[in-house]
Amino acid sequence: MATVNDVVIKIATVNGTGSASANGLLRKSIFRMGVPVVGKNYFPSNIQGLPTWYEIRVTGDGYQSRSNRVDVMVAMNAQTYVQDMADVASGGWLIYDSTWPRSQLLNREDITVIGIPFSRLCNEHFDGARARILMKNIAYVGAVAALLDIDLEIITALLEETFAAKAHMIESNIEAIRLGFDYARENVDCPLSMRVKAIDATSGNIMIDGNTAAGLGCMYAGATVGAWYPITPSTSLMDAFRDFCSRYRIDPESGKSTYCIIQAEDELAAIGMVLGAAWNGARSFTPTSGPGISLMSEFIGFAYYAEIPAVVFDVQRVGPSTGMPTRTQQCDILSCAYASHGDTKHVLLFPADPAECFYTAIEAFDLAERLQTPIIVMSDLDIGMNDWMIPELEWDEDYVPDRGKILGAAELEEMDRFHRYLDVDGDGIPYRTLPGVHPKGAYFTRGSGHTKFGAYTEDSAAYQEVIDRLLVKWETARDILPKPDIRYSKFNSTGIITVGSGDGACTEALDRLAKQDIGLNYCRIKAFPFADEVCEFIKQHEVVYVVEQNRDAQLRTLLIIDIEADQGKLVPLLHYNGMPIHSGFVVDKVLQEIAKGQAA
Amino acid sequence: MSFIAKPEVSHPGMPKNKLGLTSRDYEGTVSTLCAGCGHDSITAAIIQAVFELNIEPHMLAKMSGIGCSSKTPAYFLNQSHGFNSVHGRMPSVTTGANAANPDLTYIGISGDGDSLSIGVGQFVHAIRRNVNMCYVIENNGVYGLTKGQFSATADIGSKPKKGEPNNQEPIDPVSTALSLGATYIARSFSGDKEQLVPLLKGALMHRGFALLDIISPCVTFNDHEGSTKSYAHTRQFYHHVVDIDFIPPAEEIKAEYAEGETMSIELHGGSTIVLRKVDKDYDLTSRALAFKYLRERFNAGEITTGLLYLDESRAEMHELMGNIETPLSQLPLDQLHPGKEELKKLQSRYR
Repeated sequence: MATVNDVVIKIATVNGTGSASANGLLRKSIFRMGVPVVGKNYFPSNIQGLPTWYEIRVTGDGYQSRSNRVDVMVAMNAQTYVQDMADVASGGWLIYDSTWPRSQLLNREDITVIGIPFSRLCNEHFDGARARILMKNIAYVGAVAALLDIDLEIITALLEETFAAKAHMIESNIEAIRLGFDYARENVDCPLSMRVKAIDATSGNIMIDGNTAAGLGCMYAGATVGAWYPITPSTSLMDAFRDFCSRYRIDPESGKSTYCIIQAEDELAAIGMVLGAAWNGARSFTPTSGPGISLMSEFIGFAYYAEIPAVVFDVQRVGPSTGMPTRTQQCDILSCAYASHGDTKHVLLFPADPAECFYTAIEAFDLAERLQTPIIVMSDLDIGMNDWMIPELEWDEDYVPDRGKILGAAELEEMDRFHRYLDVDGDGIPYRTLPGVHPKGAYFTRGSGHTKFGAYTEDSAAYQEVIDRLLVKWETARDILPKPDIRYSKFNSTGIITVGSGDGACTEALDRLAKQDIGLNYCRIKAFPFADEVCEFIKQHEVVYVVEQNRDAQLRTLLIIDIEADQGKLVPLLHYNGMPIHSGFVVDKVLQEIAKGQAA
Repeated sequence: MSFIAKPEVSHPGMPKNKLGLTSRDYEGTVSTLCAGCGHDSITAAIIQAVFELNIEPHMLAKMSGIGCSSKTPAYFLNQSHGFNSVHGRMPSVTTGANAANPDLTYIGISGDGDSLSIGVGQFVHAIRRNVNMCYVIENNGVYGLTKGQFSATADIGSKPKKGEPNNQEPIDPVSTALSLGATYIARSFSGDKEQLVPLLKGALMHRGFALLDIISPCVTFNDHEGSTKSYAHTRQFYHHVVDIDFIPPAEEIKAEYAEGETMSIELHGGSTIVLRKVDKDYDLTSRALAFKYLRERFNAGEITTGLLYLDESRAEMHELMGNIETPLSQLPLDQLHPGKEELKKLQSRYR
């Protein structure tokens, strides 16, 4: 019996050979057949010559996370052949380039090995070393299409769109597709028992990565100043912002830009620029990753105390130190929550997918100005750099940006005296003024001790009054931040909490556990400080699993610190090997914990 | 520590500028620096320069880092916004502020430690970007607030109050700025207000990065015998090379200059700088010649002062980036995105 729309294809290649476009073509073709897909790119911190993998999970059920299984391995890299063969699930297939002989020692009885002479076919049909390498990649797309029954017309249409401006490229690419396709059809019994079948489950959806969506969000939010220092995996966020701005942010009259992107000399300068611009009234932001957060910490603390808005995207990668720059983790939760020396703490937002990257980006600018403090958007490499299927992004025409409490010239004119850090409204948020508006609005922004009037102080009571008022603001933040996504099952004694990109794996795991009559209540946290609802959720349960992607259970620690959650009931389920978390991990861990509980 | 309030009365006969403001309107709180500190003289010169330039106080922003020098923006221009940032990071904050609103006049106050030790990276990159600002280094060769350690501008052989003389090469902000392409470079002395005020005016009105390296003796930690940043040493080896007169826009040049002694350069805002060359051979439009001259004089133990380099032709940051003239901070947010329909359309490439 054939398995339909539930297959995982993994492609092993060498980076710098153009395989990314081939893999994108394959993923997109399946998506266009109306079948949900998950695409994950496992790439080295390198430009050319090292092993790289791309994994396409075809999931008719529309799950968001990767699967830990490989059904069809396209092993194009001799260097990783042994490992790639070992990775194929029993009953699966391995496709290799049979131009050269392969060691028969490397064999498995439980999988089907298919040899296709990709190099020979391409050498016979194309001229030039570069073209032959590129076309070999396109050829395996053709072979996989034949094996899995992927619609050739859709692939052709995609190629025509991609190379609309280069007709000769369309021709050669189609030729390469046919080479692989025809060879597979003639030599293998196609399609395989695992295959793709057109359905209607992707309409109204797009496939986009989180960094692109966040960059688009920044453009829609009206960000005008972006300062950054290149760092994997955040770089593509600013690249996307630049792309969108070059299309939509050129003043038609003057031909000049209505945005300013500054590539800083380091992250210290990047955040300094963001603060200078925000202090001056522009919506400004910086994308970075963990090492950048470390460098920005002094300024982040300054912005907390001097109360300057800032939007920081932390696209997290594996630490500590340089760690594994091209692998994913959620390992900066604590370092972001408490970035900087002294009593500081910062608002964190946790998007779970690219759609939330778009909407959260916009919300982050509103919150930064409303709360006059840095807002750190906690994305990660998995969300930021992989293509996810999400509902088409929508813009609310009624959206009114929240610029927070800014006094204008007329209001200042009416005032006797303006005091920067006075809590006039009792919500812990003072009023601010912008330079260049009115002489009465002038104040001295400083990170040194200051009174509620904004003057320098070394007086204990005056210092403490301000630092305590910041706690009032913290509680205001707690009230206005996004609420958690809470879902109840029919059983109610055990809960599961996660954050960000843990959502896909947990949601799928809950479905799988439900099939075994195990019901868990679900709480996906969207912001720190934690909403009262999170506190209530933990109180309602005897056991709460905390699923996160770091070694030290940072989210769990934060729950204990911020809302004094009962640590005895918070059971950490930690996935931190650098690969995106998958449902199998959550299911296995939960079952283990249940077994432990029963044994005890 | 502005616990000593300044009296708010001013003499009715005080001169007013074109905005009807007196120099009192450009003052700040009482200085808390040591009596006799060179920085206080610079503060006074800034007040005079801004007053005479008729700059509306709220249209100027005072930026600084950390250190004795960086405290001084509290002591001038009470009606201007100030940003006392973190150590060595004033240039980045000013760059961002300027990116958001180029309509303001930016004065950045820094010290030799703030700019040439901890902040040397930001200092050089602000120059590279040609941020339109007046960058003042109040240079005393020591860390005052931490009690007298040498900074990166300490000269070889200069003696500290306690301990061994400095034996490391100093970083000269002027030749550094020259090598990086700063477009207005001057050096002066806190004790020479007559030279300093016009240089400040020129720096404030110059479009692009203007550096003013001002020798400003630290009376407490670096004003002793054997120090090369003391009042006595500076006065002795102080060498004017090009002095300037600053002529505001639409004002006639009234002073009488001898034939061949002067040269006028018009700045972008319409004001004019009249150069009075003390050394006729000095060419302040050539980076190569200026560098050679400065090194020779430095090797001879002299402190070369005056306007040392000027280039009015180079584009500043916004021009280099092609930014719109309206300050970015003043663009209405709802006009900064293409709306609902376009969002729908642009997503076709993600299908």
